Amino acid sequence: MSAEPARLLSPLSLEKSAQLTRLVDGLDADVLYWLSGYLAAVGAQRRAGSASPPVAAPAATAAPQASVTILYGSQTGNAKRVAEGLAREAEAGGLAVRLVRADAYPLRELAGERLLYVVISTQGEGDPPDDARGFVEFLASRRAPKLPQLRYAVLGLGDSSYPQFCAIGNAIDTRLAELGASRVLARGEADVDLDAVAKPWSESALRHAREILKSTPVAAKVTPLRVPVAAGAWHRARPFAAPVLANQRITARDGGRDVRHIELSLEGSGLAYEPGDSLGVCATNAPALVEAIVAALGEKPDRGIAIGGDEHAFATWLGEKRELTRLTRPFLVAHAERARADALDRALKPGGEDALRRILSDYQLVDLLREFPAHWHANDLVAALRPLAPRLYSIASSRKAVGDEAHLAVALVAYEAFGSAHRGAASAFLSPKGDADHVPVFIEPNDRFRLPADPARDIVMIGPGTGVAPFRAFLQERAETGARGRNWLFFGNPHFRSDFLYQVEWQQALKQQTLHRLDLAFSRDQSEKVYVQHAIRRAGRELFAWIENGAHVYVCGDATRMAKDVDAALAELFVTHGGLEREDAAAALARMAQARRYARDVY
Amino acid sequence: MAATPLSPVERIKSASRRLRGTLAESLVDPVTGAIADDDTQLIKFHGSYQQDDRDLREERRLQKLEPAYSFMIRTRLPGGVVGAKQWLALDAIATTHANGTLRLTTRQAFQFHGVIKRELKTTLKAINAALIDTIAACGDVNRNVMVSPNPVESRAHASVYDWAARLSEHLRPRTRAYYEIWLDEERVAGSGEEDEPIYGATYLPRKFKIAFAVPPTNDVDVFANDLGFVAILDGGELAGFNVTVGGGLGATHGDAATYPRLADVVGFVSAERLFQVAEAVLTVQRDFGNRSERKRARLKYTIDDRGLDWFVGEVERRLGAPLEPARPFAFEHSGDRFGWIEGRDGRWHLTLHIESGRIADREGGAQLSGLREIARIHRGDFRLTPNQNLIVAGVDNADRASIDALVERFGLDGFRTASSLRREALACVAMPTCPLAMAEAERYLPDLVTRVEALLDKHRLGDVPILLRVSGCPNGCSRPYLGEIALVGKAPGRYNLMLGADAKGQRLNRLHRENVAEPEILETLDALLARYAGERGAGERFGDFLVRTGIVPARESVKIPMEILT
Repeated sequence: MSAEPARLLSPLSLEKSAQLTRLVDGLDADVLYWLSGYLAAVGAQRRAGSASPPVAAPAATAAPQASVTILYGSQTGNAKRVAEGLAREAEAGGLAVRLVRADAYPLRELAGERLLYVVISTQGEGDPPDDARGFVEFLASRRAPKLPQLRYAVLGLGDSSYPQFCAIGNAIDTRLAELGASRVLARGEADVDLDAVAKPWSESALRHAREILKSTPVAAKVTPLRVPVAAGAWHRARPFAAPVLANQRITARDGGRDVRHIELSLEGSGLAYEPGDSLGVCATNAPALVEAIVAALGEKPDRGIAIGGDEHAFATWLGEKRELTRLTRPFLVAHAERARADALDRALKPGGEDALRRILSDYQLVDLLREFPAHWHANDLVAALRPLAPRLYSIASSRKAVGDEAHLAVALVAYEAFGSAHRGAASAFLSPKGDADHVPVFIEPNDRFRLPADPARDIVMIGPGTGVAPFRAFLQERAETGARGRNWLFFGNPHFRSDFLYQVEWQQALKQQTLHRLDLAFSRDQSEKVYVQHAIRRAGRELFAWIENGAHVYVCGDATRMAKDVDAALAELFVTHGGLEREDAAAALARMAQARRYARDVY
Repeated sequence: MAATPLSPVERIKSASRRLRGTLAESLVDPVTGAIADDDTQLIKFHGSYQQDDRDLREERRLQKLEPAYSFMIRTRLPGGVVGAKQWLALDAIATTHANGTLRLTTRQAFQFHGVIKRELKTTLKAINAALIDTIAACGDVNRNVMVSPNPVESRAHASVYDWAARLSEHLRPRTRAYYEIWLDEERVAGSGEEDEPIYGATYLPRKFKIAFAVPPTNDVDVFANDLGFVAILDGGELAGFNVTVGGGLGATHGDAATYPRLADVVGFVSAERLFQVAEAVLTVQRDFGNRSERKRARLKYTIDDRGLDWFVGEVERRLGAPLEPARPFAFEHSGDRFGWIEGRDGRWHLTLHIESGRIADREGGAQLSGLREIARIHRGDFRLTPNQNLIVAGVDNADRASIDALVERFGLDGFRTASSLRREALACVAMPTCPLAMAEAERYLPDLVTRVEALLDKHRLGDVPILLRVSGCPNGCSRPYLGEIALVGKAPGRYNLMLGADAKGQRLNRLHRENVAEPEILETLDALLARYAGERGAGERFGDFLVRTGIVPARESVKIPMEILT
């Protein structure tokens, strides 16, 4: 009913219509808005009788010197959100703004840029977000132009539990200065509680922009900004208490890892999500862990502590408001000052990177307090600890298949260390949740991880471990919508018998031909370790044929190693089967990413 | 007359290209630990059953994991004889590829349990490397040929064993499928269309079992077999065989058209004509057996449906001559002779008790390790008995002491320490691997025996021998219908209590209490054993007592020529 009348109203021939579909497939909303403006301008010129085609202006914007360009590179959507907020404010303040994602930014325009704000995150071990790879490489290369005319500021986003905290933001900030640009504002380094830094930085950036652009006449407002869809009444700061419908272990009892399939009800919340989106879970810390920390400090749990106008009991701060299971470098520094322990000091000095990495990955706060005792005032401790951040899980269901539910695949983090049982915060929080319980959640959209708009496109999904979660959603969606494109899944885990997540569902999907191919890599079932990248190589010729045929490729899961290895294996396909040189292969992948045919949701 | 449709298994066999099906593809399908449905029928002919750990079935269903599939592999081992080196090879296979146990079956075969799909081919290769194969160990063909392992009557026994092994070879399917799929033999022209001179393209309607008994011991339970040969000795030499046909114990609960049946003795044949008789019996069943309804497909139903006279006539027609009249013989019992026995050639044989035939290292005895140690020093061979026990055979007098020491050290001395009840008890595998099991058997047997032993004590019956058999389902792997006391599984914890067989394998028992749980079983036995203690005759067996007193209605015994003559 809905598609046909639309086509009848369309003035395009079927062929043109198909061309248009192909052209816009994979472009995101920003680009489409821009295209609409661009095409409107083309139309206006044609109507005015101009014979010459319009200049392929990169953006129908005001004169560059009169506007501020806000460029973002975002993996999980945080940087994008901050950038959008800044753009909205600037626009509201009457400034001309161009908001652009890093991979949509025409690099040659940098030389003419006058005011540039960069909001960019750092992934894993100091990597740029996927959409900013090209921008970061260009800037670091010798091809980067001198930028004496440019004024700029950089806001880096990161996670201080990684040693390379905000490395990309810092590198860009330093490099722009090297290229002769002048810094408007000291760079920001926002941690997981990003508003604490991002908000003041944005306000300050806005003030400076107003001053700088004040003298310049304000051009017409032309860049339509994409207004983020409001996710209803529930959001990060006000999560919805979702009833738990199921909490089922989906690894066998002899398996190493406890992975849970959790089903939550979103009924009545108005929360909606698309395949590819994540669910934010606002976990609180385990009471036993809070008790252990309070005890290690010799403090009273009910001591009232006020910070920033917020007053709570010490135990409440620790239980509900502070990160206890992941340490950060700044906290280590503060602790080292108090502990006066050689081992800590060495780890924080140049040359101590390996030791630092080990401490950040292996130690929780309680371990640090026990091994390197130090005197902390409860107040100072709470102030020094990072606010407890929600955990994001790729949603493993499609609403078309499950209705008002959201399904998650959660790998529980549980291990023995330093003589006691350790749990991840969300793991300890989620694992005991049963029928009568609720979990505070919100939707975290991920527009960068979307099924092809064209249902006839093939897709290749690479999701080892719990990285397979969004692909369960993808398959459900494609089955429900009757998408004609073929679906190919790569999955891997340690053992076939115990860790084959959703095995029965994939078998069913293969039988029903909603999944067309499933390639597996169980690393520990034979003497040599086999991972998904090996499966990719093994299937190389055919996989490359799919890609050549327009397939979209998705990767989800571990960023530290898997995503890199898979990236390398994919690039290799272009060399081995496409006859490209190594550098060209990387560029080909980058082009795929830019065309939204290679998307990653890695963490 | 409307043709009755063939059973689905007949179609699978027929389309299988001589038992190949899609087994090769199934083995390399990485998405599942199972094989394709049709292949689960075909793999039986190769000596393997697909099973799954039923203890985990529900748990894994909730975990969105497929059942924990694994495969049972059964050897084809006529008479159950293996050398010491072969023993060590089988032990290594059990330890490396299976669940670390060796299971001795009631048909003198080894079973490996818990072999996962991707280990299956390696395991079968290793078994074949030990010069043992598994072809036709299961499936609608002649299965493992049983031979009384009694090594005492040395010369005659050797001769009987020899005939049995040759018959087993003669009746082996001719398809090369086994060698192509498991041993990587190259496919040659005609692959998939091999001539099966005895079986034809669809093999037999159902399994077919052959046993050779050497009187006076009926340890093979010859009357429970489709085809039996009872060795007739003349001055210590083999003169030929009495032929028995139509035995079979399987039944289906609640289906009166199915029942256990003991074989009829139909004549005598000289050893030279053994193959001809076997082929004639087998081909009559091939041509006339029921291929529509598998539970009515065994030879016993072909005979009962058409009459024994018709059947013998048809066999004789194929032989071109009548069978000679059966010759007299007598069986004394169907059990094993435990402990050391000297053979006529002066070599010694030690029969060990293996509870339920399961050789494992576990608390109370490292039997697998112990037998490994024995195999390392043993210069004779090993013989599996039809009662799930094991004979260390052909030992020089001088080597007995060192074997005794190992027997002691590794808890293999059950033959000396256990009660008669325990030593003679049989149980099939049942839970958790057997897909047919309705109730526990092997895992339940030790406790059940202990409780019945307590009743024997209570009634001062001491070490009285009673044949106790437990089966997880009515199909009869532990030959429950020949137990003086038998439990046939109906549901978890519930059994049909069967009573009153004799101890020679010549009279079936009867259903006494239907679908009862342990308390009722023990209560019933308590009362009956009390009467037995007070009223039994000298040397009277419990089963015979029950029939004599009318507690269990009499049931016709097999007609033995000895009795016919006298």
